[in-house]
Amino acid sequence: MTKKFAAEVIVDIIQQQGVEYIFGYPGGAAIPIFDALVDSPVKLILTRHEQGAVHMADGFARATGKPGVVLVTSGPGATNTITGILTAQMDSVPMVVICGQQTTWNLGLDAFQEADVSGISFPVVKHSYLIKNAQDVPRIMREAFHLSQTGRPGPVLIDVPKDIASAMIEPDYDGELHLPGYKVPTDGDPADIEQAAQMLSTARRPLLLVGHGAVISGAEKAVTILAEKMQIPVVNTLLGKGCFPETHPLSLGMLGMHGTAYANMAVKDCDLIMSIGSRWDDRIVGKIDSFCPNAVKIHIDIDPAEFNKTVQMDCTILGDARRVVESINAIVKRGDTKEWLKQTEKWRRQYPLKYKKGGKLKAEHVLEEIQNQTMGRAFVTTDVGQHQMWAAQYLLTDHRFHWITSGGAGTMGFGFPAAIGAQFAHPEATVIAIVGDGGFQMTQAELSTAVINRLPIKIVVINNKYLGMVRQWQALFYDNRLSGVDMEGNPNFVKLAEAYGIKGIRIKRSADVKRLIQTALEYNDGPCLIDVEVEKEDNVYPMIPSGASYEQMIIEAPKVKPGMTAPKLEKPVGST
Amino acid sequence: MSTAAGSNGSSSYRKHTISLMVNNKPGVLIRISLVFARRGYNIDSLVVSPSKDPNFSVMNIVASGEEKTLDQILKQLNKLVDVIHASDRTGEDIIQRELALFKLHNEPEMRSDVLQLAHAMDCDIVEVSEHATILQMTGDSERLDSALKVFEQYGIEEMIRTGKVLMARGQEITT
Repeated sequence: MTKKFAAEVIVDIIQQQGVEYIFGYPGGAAIPIFDALVDSPVKLILTRHEQGAVHMADGFARATGKPGVVLVTSGPGATNTITGILTAQMDSVPMVVICGQQTTWNLGLDAFQEADVSGISFPVVKHSYLIKNAQDVPRIMREAFHLSQTGRPGPVLIDVPKDIASAMIEPDYDGELHLPGYKVPTDGDPADIEQAAQMLSTARRPLLLVGHGAVISGAEKAVTILAEKMQIPVVNTLLGKGCFPETHPLSLGMLGMHGTAYANMAVKDCDLIMSIGSRWDDRIVGKIDSFCPNAVKIHIDIDPAEFNKTVQMDCTILGDARRVVESINAIVKRGDTKEWLKQTEKWRRQYPLKYKKGGKLKAEHVLEEIQNQTMGRAFVTTDVGQHQMWAAQYLLTDHRFHWITSGGAGTMGFGFPAAIGAQFAHPEATVIAIVGDGGFQMTQAELSTAVINRLPIKIVVINNKYLGMVRQWQALFYDNRLSGVDMEGNPNFVKLAEAYGIKGIRIKRSADVKRLIQTALEYNDGPCLIDVEVEKEDNVYPMIPSGASYEQMIIEAPKVKPGMTAPKLEKPVGST
Repeated sequence: MSTAAGSNGSSSYRKHTISLMVNNKPGVLIRISLVFARRGYNIDSLVVSPSKDPNFSVMNIVASGEEKTLDQILKQLNKLVDVIHASDRTGEDIIQRELALFKLHNEPEMRSDVLQLAHAMDCDIVEVSEHATILQMTGDSERLDSALKVFEQYGIEEMIRTGKVLMARGQEITT
């Protein structure tokens, strides 16, 4: 067998895995791998910061279901990826992060740009490797791709010392993987499936809770069949958007802290709730003791560690969401949900999402207009904060992979680079990044990456010159004592765009929204930044204060008489 | 990893004996200890040894923390790619042994008392010197605990315990 540089073998395996793009940033310790990329059909996307590279790979992965690949150098290059790795880990995103590393003989000696990167990564990865023997390169690379995308997906980090990458090896591309402790559940236990089917049939007020696991497993068809056959209303988590069409008559939209009032009322009153790949996180559950106390609870998940982690279940089914729901569909008998559907429809009519029309420009208005003009065909990414919640409420998602947001980690700076990744994945599609003025500035350096690659991304900056969600909390729960939320010194975003050679549009008046959104959507000659100057002090409703029960949902802004101040609310017991 | 196993005042705070089979690789121990630390568990004792297959190691961990967190810890341990399996062996009918060394301070006039006591308690006498006697004791942890109480009256200069090792009875394989 002919010998090859280990760095070439790394790139060979990336190519064999069907990877089209690597997002990365070079440095001394990674030069051998960057060198191997020169002769490879795998395209390198040079970013402006390693965090941008990881979020791009993440956006690519979420828009395709395939692993995103990152290549960075040792030390600070690698540590700059940690936020993005956490983001991917919290949201179960398949990703392989390859880091250059100091030479093996310098490990532990505080050599230049040496950091214990695999050690730093331990709490935020699905798995990580430090390669100490060049002969292990092909096995470890293949294991990393396998781990990242099977079972519950997640990021895998590989630390490659420079001497390892530069070593000559006889590569074995088909050797056995060595993962004796790794098990991937597939089909659910028939007894559990039978039990769940029974419970679903006897329930009178059942509810399906669709999470990211359902999106990942491709359960959209199975879930739709289940909902329609059984006439069960569906709520989805923030990350579950795109599994069950939100425009479907049985969809009640998003539940939880900023979910729709009618979704949350259904959660409060249901007699059965079945989670399909949602992990009952604190944004959904609020106060654990008073969460659906009288409802039968069923949980389908591929990760057994999620069972009974927060809320106690009556029935758990370990397996792939799509397969399990298909098995349920095969045996479940329809129950009587007529009265229940009447009730949920009544709530939907009674408590629609609404915002104050007229007056200053509202973020909700702009998002509603984007919804009207795109009708769910666009890939939408968001950052984190108020704009994210409004986007989740007003941009209805009908298709798998079309909604990309940092849910678990809540990473500001995610939205724009994630949109770059999504646009690489779908060059012909409309990709819209909905970002806030705060988060956008964390990764705006990637404007270069977008413009160099002529990506027709629409960057919608919901600009209220505040860190709006924190301001909302300070206004509602901390006597409006604003602390560290004023974004004074924001740049002129239109001029900023122009400085990069990017089209910039400003929307200031409600009357211009329709026309200017249309202009932006029709512009396809590279990126376009839309600076939307919205009302500074708008709040997101409905809202269940964190750690509170569903009974405590605040449906709309409290009405305050002129000259009076709004009643101060109790500080929430939960975090953020 | 201090050995302060004391109570935090909660009644559900207790010691657990956990047995693991893991890949014999660098970095495995830190991944495992992170699972405990992140969930507020203190590791009281830890034994790692090669298993009969050199690719795998066996670990016996005694850790204390909230009862309700244990289930989550076991699941998170089993989720680690390098963990083959992890299980709770607390309260099971299983062979458990520990070894302790006690260094007792004793003036020459007390020595015969100490030696008699060692004999009565079935300890091995490892070393006798002018002012100290070193005893070795093996047995289950409860036996070592009660010996410790007795020896305390004679003035313990120093003590070290290996931590629990476990083995299932009969033909059953332990982990």
